Amino acid sequence: MSAVGEWLDIGPVDQLPALGARTLPVRGGREIAIFHTANGEVYALANQCPHKQGPLSQGIVHDTTVTCPLHNWRISLVTGEALGEDKGCVPVIPVKIDGGRILIGRAAALEGVA
Amino acid sequence: MTKPHLIVIGNGMAGCRAVEEILARDADRYRITIFGAEPHVNYNRIMLSPLLAGDKSFDDIVINDLAWYADNAIELVASDPVVAIDRKIQTVTARSGRVESYDTLILATGSDPFIIPVPGHDLQGVVTFRDMDDVGAMLRAADAGGDAVVIGGGLLGLEAAHGLSLRGMKVTVLHIMPTLMERQLDEAAGWLLKEALEARGQTILTGADTAEIYGQGKVEGVRLKDGRDIPAALVVMAVGIRPNVKLARAAGLAIGRGIHVDDHLVTSDANVLAVGECVEHNGLVYGLVAPLWEMCRSLADGLVATPSGYTGSVTSTKLKVSGIDVFSAGDFSGGEGCEDIVMRDAARGIYKRVVVKDDRVIGAVLYGDTQDGNWYFDLLKKQQDVAEIRDALIFGQAFASGGAASANPNAAVAALADDAEICGCNGVSKGRVVGAIAGGACTLDAVRACTKASASCGSCTNLVEGLLAVTLGAAFNGERTAPTVCKCTSFTHEDVRRLILEKQLKAIPEVMQALHWMTPDGCSSCRPALNYYLLCAWPGEFIDDNQSRFVNERMHANIQKDGTYSVVPRMWGGVTNPKELRAIADVAEKYEARMVKVTGGQRLDIFGIKKEDLPAVWADLNAAGMVSGHAYAKALRTVKTCVGSEWCRFGTQDSTGLGIKTEQMTWGSFMPHKFKIAVSGCPRNCAEATIKDFGVICVDSGYELSIGGNGGIKLRGTDFLCKVATEQEALDHCAAFIQLYREEARYLDRTAPWVERVGLDYIKARIVEDVEGRVALTARFHFSQRFMQDDPWAKRAAGDDYKLHQHLAEIRPLATPSLVAA
Repeated sequence: MSAVGEWLDIGPVDQLPALGARTLPVRGGREIAIFHTANGEVYALANQCPHKQGPLSQGIVHDTTVTCPLHNWRISLVTGEALGEDKGCVPVIPVKIDGGRILIGRAAALEGVA
Repeated sequence: MTKPHLIVIGNGMAGCRAVEEILARDADRYRITIFGAEPHVNYNRIMLSPLLAGDKSFDDIVINDLAWYADNAIELVASDPVVAIDRKIQTVTARSGRVESYDTLILATGSDPFIIPVPGHDLQGVVTFRDMDDVGAMLRAADAGGDAVVIGGGLLGLEAAHGLSLRGMKVTVLHIMPTLMERQLDEAAGWLLKEALEARGQTILTGADTAEIYGQGKVEGVRLKDGRDIPAALVVMAVGIRPNVKLARAAGLAIGRGIHVDDHLVTSDANVLAVGECVEHNGLVYGLVAPLWEMCRSLADGLVATPSGYTGSVTSTKLKVSGIDVFSAGDFSGGEGCEDIVMRDAARGIYKRVVVKDDRVIGAVLYGDTQDGNWYFDLLKKQQDVAEIRDALIFGQAFASGGAASANPNAAVAALADDAEICGCNGVSKGRVVGAIAGGACTLDAVRACTKASASCGSCTNLVEGLLAVTLGAAFNGERTAPTVCKCTSFTHEDVRRLILEKQLKAIPEVMQALHWMTPDGCSSCRPALNYYLLCAWPGEFIDDNQSRFVNERMHANIQKDGTYSVVPRMWGGVTNPKELRAIADVAEKYEARMVKVTGGQRLDIFGIKKEDLPAVWADLNAAGMVSGHAYAKALRTVKTCVGSEWCRFGTQDSTGLGIKTEQMTWGSFMPHKFKIAVSGCPRNCAEATIKDFGVICVDSGYELSIGGNGGIKLRGTDFLCKVATEQEALDHCAAFIQLYREEARYLDRTAPWVERVGLDYIKARIVEDVEGRVALTARFHFSQRFMQDDPWAKRAAGDDYKLHQHLAEIRPLATPSLVAA
C-alpha cells in the first residue's frame, strides 16, 4: 500500500447508530452516507437519492435497503440501485471493517473532487 | 336399531381427521368413541414448534375443541389409553379397566420418538419433542435458564432448537451426519441452513456422535465420542420416530415396520383399520402430515362411501423456522439420466435446485425462496411433461408459464390443479378452498373459518387470497375488508394491535417474531406503525425506537427538499409575545434561515436550518421559554384560536383561553396521524374549527364540539358530536376522543377516514352515551400524557443523540491531515 493508501479510515464502527446512518462530507466533492444494518454490516453510498437528491442518510434502514426520506424510493445499500418500479442508481463506495474501524475506498470517496 | 359402534384409538391428528372425513361423508352412520392417552382435545401436533417458540398458545393449535366432540355426539375418553384389544369378542380395554365393544376399530396410535440408548438417556432433563408434556418440560427448563443440547439435526430437532433459543437458552445442535436435514436437503442447502442458524446464535455440530449423557441424577452435559464435552441442563432427543405398534402386535395383527394395511387402510383383520404414522403401506411408513390427510380420505371412502384406494404419498417438507424458508420434495440424490437445474443468488441467500429425469420433475430443493414449492411439488406428483418449459423451469411458475402469468400473480394459483395442496398445516386442497368460496366464504377470514386454510402458520395466506381473487373475480375487491399493515405481514392493523395487547408484546423485534414477519427487520411502512402501536399500548414502558421513526420525527424538525430543516416552536393557542418573537428573529439571523413564514396553524416556521445546527437552534429557543411545536409529528399539531370574548365584539366565550388550555393538555401526545384542533369564539368560526380533527365552536349557552374534519387533499367538514356547558366538559370530551382515536385508528389514518369507516354513531356511543367509558378514556389519555409531555428539543440541545446531527468525520482531500474527525 502506498503512503496515501487505497483506504481511508473514517472512524470507529461504534460511532454508527444501529439501523441508522451518519454523514461524511467531502470538501469539494459529494457527501457520503455511511449506513449500519441490523446485523452489523456497514455500507456507504453517495448521500443523494437518484430521484430528487434526497439525503439518503436520513431514511429508514431495513434489511439492506434504505428508504429515501423525501419520496420513499427504496435504494439497495449493496448495489445502489433503486428497487421496485423505480429506476436509478446512486454511486456505491467500497467499505471494509478492520479492527473495529471503518475504511472506505479512497478513489470512490474522492470521485468528483475538483 | 342401534348404530354400529366405531372406536378410535388415538385422539391425535390422524384419528380425529379420520373421524372428520367419515362424518363428512355420512354423519349418522356410527356411534363414535375416541380414546386418547393425553388429557387434551385434539391439537395440531406439527404446531408444537410455534407453541414452544411462543408464537402460538395451546388454544391456537387446537383443531377440534370440546364443542366439536359434543356437536357430533362423539364420546372422548381422555387420559385413559387403551391397553388391550380382544379381536375375538371385539372389545377394547382401557387402563382404567373400562371395556367397550366395537363393530369397527380404527388404530391411530401414531409413533414414538426414538431414544438412542446411550448411557444417561434416562436422566432427569432428557426429553423428547412429541407432545404437550414435552413442550411443558422444555418450557420449564427454559425458564430455569442454562444451556440446551438438541440431539438430531432433522426437521424436528431444528424446530426444537429454534424454539429453545427464542426462549433464551443457549442451544447446541448435535447431528451425526455431515449436513443438516440430509434426508430432505442436499449438501448445499444444508450448508446454507447451518450458516443461517449459526448466525442466529445456535451452535451446530455436524458429524457429532454422542457417547454419553452425564450428570448426578439430572442432566449436566453431553460427551461426544471424540471427547468434546458440552454442558447442558436440558437434552432434547429428536433423532427420529418409529411407528407405535405395541397394541397391534399384542392383538396379533400383521406387523412389519408399522401395522400392515391395504389400499383401504384395513389391517389383517377386516374389522380393524389403521391410519397415520403407525401404519405401513406398500412397504412405506410416513412421518409427515400430508400422507396422513390422504390416508384419512381413502379410509373414509372405503368405510362409508365409494372406495377410492390409497396409492401411497409423495411427500414434501417445509421447515417452520420463521425467516428461514426451506422446501424439499422427491428425490434429489441424482444418478444416471438425472439432470440438475440449479440457481443461486448469493446476495439474496437463495438456492434452488430442480432435478429432472425423462422430462419429468423428480425432486426439488428450495432455500430462501420457497414460493414455487407447491408448483414443483404439483409437477412432481402429476409426473407432468416439462420439456416445453424446461428452460424457464428454475425461475418458477410465473416465468415458465409465460408473460401473462408473470404480469398477473393470480394466474399462478389459477393454474394449480384442484387437488393441489394450499395449506400444508391443515391439509386443505385448492378444490376445498374454491368450494368454500363458492359456498359463500368471500373473505379471507371466512375461508379461514370454514376450511382452516392459512389459519395455522399463515404462510399460505397469499395463495388463499389469490384463490379468492380468481374465484370471485371483480366481486373480490383485491384486499381484505381490512388491509394488512404492509407487505411484511399478513396481519391487519387491528390484528396487530389486538395481539400486542393479548400477547404482551413490548418491543418491535418481539412483535415481528411473534407475528411471523416475513422480512428480517420490517420496512419503512411497518416499523413506524409498530413503534406507534407499542408506544400507545404501553405508555411509560415502551422505549421509543428512534430508528423506526420517519425522518421528521427522528430529527424533531421538518425536512425540506434541499435536505435542510424547518423549525416551528410552540406558540400556545397561536399567542406570542415580544420575547419569543425576538428569540425567533435572533435564531433566524444567527443560523442564516432563508425564510420565516406564518403557517396555517398560527405559528412561525423558520426555514433552511442545517441538521448540525438544530440542537443549537433549539437551545436558543428553549432559553426564551419555547418548546417543540411538533409541527413535524404524527401528534397534536396546533390549537388554532380566535380572540374570543376578551377582545371581539361578537365573542361569546374565552376561545383563546380555552384553546391554550386545550393545547397545554394535549401537546406531546403521539397519534396515528397529525391532529389539529381549533376553538372559535362564535359561530362566525374565524378559527375554522369545522375543518379540524376536533373543533369547538363557542355559543352563548356553552360549547359545540365536532369531530373528523380536515382540509388537505379531500376536504371534509366536521360532524357534530355534542354540546357541553362548561370548559372542563369540552376538555374531557376532547381528551376522550383523542384517546379513542389513538387506541383504535390505523396508523396513518387521519380522523376523517377513521370516523367515516367506524361511523359517527359509534363515536357518539363511545364518547357521548357511554359516560363511564368516556371517563376511562380520558383517564387513560392523561396517564399516557404523563410520559409524553417532555420537550424533545431540550434533550437534544443537551447532547442526546448527537450522532443524528453531527457528521461522522469530514474528508478534506487538499489539506493535511486528510481527515478531520467531527
